[in-house]
Amino acid sequence: MRLTLHVWRQKKSGDKGAFETHKVENISADSSFLEMLDVLNEEILEKGGEPVAFDHDCREGICGTCGMVVNGMAHGPQALTTTCQLHMRKFKDGDELWIEPWRAKAFPVLRDLVVDRGAFDRIIQAGGFISAKSGSAPDANEILVGKTVADQAMDAAACIGCGACVAACPNASAMLFTAAKITHLGVLPQGQPERDDRARNMVAQMDAEGFGGCTNHGECAEVCPKGISLETIARMNRDFLKAMVIAREPLAARTGG
Amino acid sequence: MSVRTLTLADTTIGKKAIMAVSGLVLLGFVLVHMAGNLLVFQGPAALNGYADGLRKLGPMLWIARGVLLAAVAAHVWAAVSLYKANEQARPVKYHVQHTAATTYAAKTMRYGGVIILLFVLYHLAHLTFGVGIPGGHAAAPPAGMPGSVSGTDVFHNVVVSFQNPAITGIYVLAQLALALHLYHGAWSFMQTLGLSHPRYNGLRVKLAAAYATVICVGNLSMPIAVMAGLVKLQG
Ligand code: HEM
Ligand code: FES
Repeated sequence: MRLTLHVWRQKKSGDKGAFETHKVENISADSSFLEMLDVLNEEILEKGGEPVAFDHDCREGICGTCGMVVNGMAHGPQALTTTCQLHMRKFKDGDELWIEPWRAKAFPVLRDLVVDRGAFDRIIQAGGFISAKSGSAPDANEILVGKTVADQAMDAAACIGCGACVAACPNASAMLFTAAKITHLGVLPQGQPERDDRARNMVAQMDAEGFGGCTNHGECAEVCPKGISLETIARMNRDFLKAMVIAREPLAARTGG
Repeated sequence: MSVRTLTLADTTIGKKAIMAVSGLVLLGFVLVHMAGNLLVFQGPAALNGYADGLRKLGPMLWIARGVLLAAVAAHVWAAVSLYKANEQARPVKYHVQHTAATTYAAKTMRYGGVIILLFVLYHLAHLTFGVGIPGGHAAAPPAGMPGSVSGTDVFHNVVVSFQNPAITGIYVLAQLALALHLYHGAWSFMQTLGLSHPRYNGLRVKLAAAYATVICVGNLSMPIAVMAGLVKLQG
């Protein structure tokens, strides 16, 4: 395959950045999108240039490290698929591809296609956990969890935190990510003690990081490689609004990164 | 050092809930307003009698107006505040952006909102205060016929206005914009307030479409009936 690539190049955060155009040839239709970029980088290195920086780790669609916007679609044109699991057979010979990083104020570009997703970590730190006594592992079946509830929790827990939801949202909102985490813990019995504070603190952190709000477009769920549903956002809204009304302690403002 | 605390109105979800609740009040108003106005098809006595009935509500009418004004103010405040935050959340735009799930109605909410706001101002100036009614505001209904909220002959004002294609044009365009806003709004407020469930989500879309269609068809029927000569001044 022959392709024309317009790749976003940016030396560091705060730099202006611009697209750089490269032509690549002899790309196997069976290679993955990242392997195609590996080929491009080898060619750039041979010519003495700086390779394109992009994030990746597992390359099997489970770690959530990779991610870029290809022709305006987060993780490219294939549904339920991370960039690393996207294959070149999804494109046509001679295609022109625009490759951009996730764009959000809360995800500053570090270099080329690599963004800093620390904001997600801080949202998790604000409440995406349960407090359990440490010690020897409890019996797995000590607390019974119904099948439908377990399924709901597992579906939400499938979120790999890649950030495609933020990238695809017209408002760069992190609601689908935050809602997946709130749902995954909030439906389980182990998640009940901190349920109200979890919703309040995670939402407060999400806002403080500078993500936008939800306008119910549904773009996030459309690009999510793990199929997290919009229902989680309604659930987060329910938990958050209820907690704001009934909480006895005020909600302290938080600061973003 | 005291820690700043957050209320609902400081948060994105809280603001959206304010927009949803105020929007819900307005959804109710739009339905009742349309139902009342459809009395135009029963002739001047029915429409003017209804208008007179509203005026006789006295303080209740002012309470209702206060609630509506507060709802509009809250709705627009939340819309503007979220709009600003959403714009700031993506300072560098994409060179190419492809949308796959959203609808035309969802994408045009803010523009539709502005159109509706301008239309409401025009509509108040027009039929409440009588600005630009062809041949002037009919100051009082004919002898023996009840008056309106403002003591005027509502039936006359509506009919002579909609006989004018320019005025009818404004109303028709505004109603189309309103229908789009209502379609996304009626579906969206449920999601915002946490009402989403796989068993009922299909129904939510149908309800929103049915509501928007009823409002649009009902409101459009009046100017069109006047234009077509089905509703005209009597005697
Ligand atoms: C007849 C008058 C109106 C009615 C019945 C109405 C109704 C609604 C409803 C029910 C919603 C959904 C709230 C949610 O998503 O939870 C909504 C959203 C919205 N409204 Fe209105 N509204 C009206 C007028 C206005 C006006 C005058 C503006 C002016 C700025 C406006 C701007 C918006 C915006 C920006 C949204 C949010 C859209 C989104 O989140 O995608 N609306 N409206
Ligand atoms: S590299 Fe791990 S999900 Fe793509």
